[in-house]
Amino acid sequence: MGRLAREVAVIGIGQTRFDEHWNTTFRELGIEAGYRAMEDAGISSRMIDALYLGNMSAGLFLDQEHISSMIAEVVGLTEGQVPSTRVEAAGASGGLAFRQAILDVASGLNDIVVVGGAEKMSDVPSSVATEFIAAGADQAWEGLFGATMPSLFALMARKHMHDYRTTREQIGMVAVKNHRNGSMNPLAQFQREITLDMVLNAPPVAEPLGVFDCAPASDGAAAVVLCDLKTAKDLSEKPIKVIGTGQGSDSLSISNRPDITSMRATKAAANRAYEMAGVKPKDIQVAEVHDSYTISEIISLEDLSFFEKGDGGPATERGDTSLNSLISVNTSGGLKARGHPLGATGIAQITEIVQQLRGDCGERQVRDARFGLAQNLGGTGGTAVVHILEVV
Amino acid sequence: MDSGIVSYGIYIPRYRILPAEIGRVWGQNGTAMGKALGIEGKSVPAPDEDTVTISVMAARRALARIDLDPSMIGAIFVGSESHPYAVKPTATIVAEAIGAAPVLTAADFEFACKAGTAGLQSVLGLVNSPDAQVPIEYAMAIGADTSQGAPGNALEYSASAGGVALLVSRENVIAEIKHTVSYTTDTPDFWRREGMKYPSHAERFTGVPAYFRHEQEAARLLMEHMGTEPSDYDYAVFHQPNGKFPVRVSKMLGFSKEQIQPGLWTPKIGNTYSASMLMGLAGTLDVARPGQRILAVSYGSGAGSDAFHIEVTDLIDSYRRKSAPLVSEEAEKKIEIDYAVYIKLRGKLKMEGE
Repeated sequence: MGRLAREVAVIGIGQTRFDEHWNTTFRELGIEAGYRAMEDAGISSRMIDALYLGNMSAGLFLDQEHISSMIAEVVGLTEGQVPSTRVEAAGASGGLAFRQAILDVASGLNDIVVVGGAEKMSDVPSSVATEFIAAGADQAWEGLFGATMPSLFALMARKHMHDYRTTREQIGMVAVKNHRNGSMNPLAQFQREITLDMVLNAPPVAEPLGVFDCAPASDGAAAVVLCDLKTAKDLSEKPIKVIGTGQGSDSLSISNRPDITSMRATKAAANRAYEMAGVKPKDIQVAEVHDSYTISEIISLEDLSFFEKGDGGPATERGDTSLNSLISVNTSGGLKARGHPLGATGIAQITEIVQQLRGDCGERQVRDARFGLAQNLGGTGGTAVVHILEVV
Repeated sequence: MDSGIVSYGIYIPRYRILPAEIGRVWGQNGTAMGKALGIEGKSVPAPDEDTVTISVMAARRALARIDLDPSMIGAIFVGSESHPYAVKPTATIVAEAIGAAPVLTAADFEFACKAGTAGLQSVLGLVNSPDAQVPIEYAMAIGADTSQGAPGNALEYSASAGGVALLVSRENVIAEIKHTVSYTTDTPDFWRREGMKYPSHAERFTGVPAYFRHEQEAARLLMEHMGTEPSDYDYAVFHQPNGKFPVRVSKMLGFSKEQIQPGLWTPKIGNTYSASMLMGLAGTLDVARPGQRILAVSYGSGAGSDAFHIEVTDLIDSYRRKSAPLVSEEAEKKIEIDYAVYIKLRGKLKMEGE
């Protein structure tokens, strides 16, 4: 497995609060996150060599394509005709954009690159948003037959419960934990704790998954500034190094996979990232994993090799994934509580890991965090991206 | 004395459907839904009832409480989002039915749930223009609706039917309207396009940016103009799309449960749309005593709020309230129906020849 041609680090992060931003446009969300990241990095727009943007579907949600140009303009990059590229892989759009930016800097082509992620989902009613989200699954082999994203994850949950005796309660505990973490994150969409009773008695979405098992539709944007390690050391007191990046693909439809209790794309992406980074799963103190649905966190815990296959549920029940336990998972609140503006999610995961490794997370700070991991999924796992970051 | 309300009358159809019954049909926990919305049941109009008949009943009851030759009424405005005709006024039928025609002006108003109070502001303007070429001494504003939600939509739990008529003048006033102010923006939270049978709504967007913003802004503006505080009012009435929103907005503004209680009727009868806030005002006038102050704020989607500062006069003591049903009496006259009868009554069945 390859190495990066030169070392890359994150020197700036920015995020809007994830929420239903009725009065804020997609452009404005992009501006806010972008400028916060640039301010955090202490750079001006003139210093930026390239821009990458993760966005799943401004076309569907806003009737607006070509957002690479739109965002480049509003953050002041069109004066210098700075190259701007949109990257799409459903819910993994953000993570994948981050990876493209890393490859760009590592290649030596550009030194300072900004990568953003944004989505505005509240302009359409939830029934329509559900259809648009399902566009990240296989429309010909799943969508046409009525499958929605939650129904596909419900199938995975049922099979996981059947094969590994994972309980409904264990699955629900993911939401309880992530809401508890979210209550400590001022940028999270949901900042209230919930009880297991609330999760179990919520209206069903696709049984066994209920309302509290599903990440919300959100508006929001996040951005990071990346550069080569040498420049990073010149510009930043606390650069955070990217030591591993891995990506994997799998069939778009879950019907073409040998096992739906696991995601091969995550496993491949994780193994590639671990190998590049030269670290083991047990070395990771803090991880942002893709809990678009509660069951997805349990499956991911196993695919990322934090726990044995089938132990994701019991591990959650034991509290091994709670803040400052064995491994602190989704300290930001995860997609469930921080919110899930599709294209922004992968970047927000990175901003959380960077904040943790800088030691800037306040009451949700993971003690002695040195290695952090972010795992971002597209759809049901047709794409997975894993990044490992380290304190310099 | 300021101009204000001379008399009022209400009408609520008797049929009721309960949340548990609606939930039963749609596979939802209707009881929990009703609890979440703060609605015990909602009124359903009979097959021979519509916005016209409801308006006529409310208007007749307003007239039953006073001695007035109906031909003295110089204006009737009916606010509704369920006028039976797209073209042909409800107000003319009401005017004829109560004997106010032909020397009067009449028109229909539409502003979602606040068309009735938009009409009220207009008739106040008319009676307050004594120098007009044809001065109008008495004028009537009506808010009435037979609204409905699409089958299976959350609106089905709340959209009900009812009407309130207010007769206003500068003389013989039982409740002076000392001041009114409106707060209006282009906020698309709820709508029904031409030709569409059922309204659409923007889910949670109907809450904070729509209802709560406009209700609060209008109420604050009114109190600012009047130099008043919540504690200066004996009662407060807010638009009631469900049983929860008015309680929450009253708390946000600093009103107590006691202040809003006499005017809180959606929990019993559902949201009567254009009559919703006015029904609360009628329920409050049912118990109000001389000298008491009422703050009343309507809300209409699209969106706007009309706020009123009302003071009850000594004439309320001699006013013949008992000559027509009080809101509390009308709300108790009820016949429970099941969903099958409900869809028959609401015309949701495709009949032979249709």
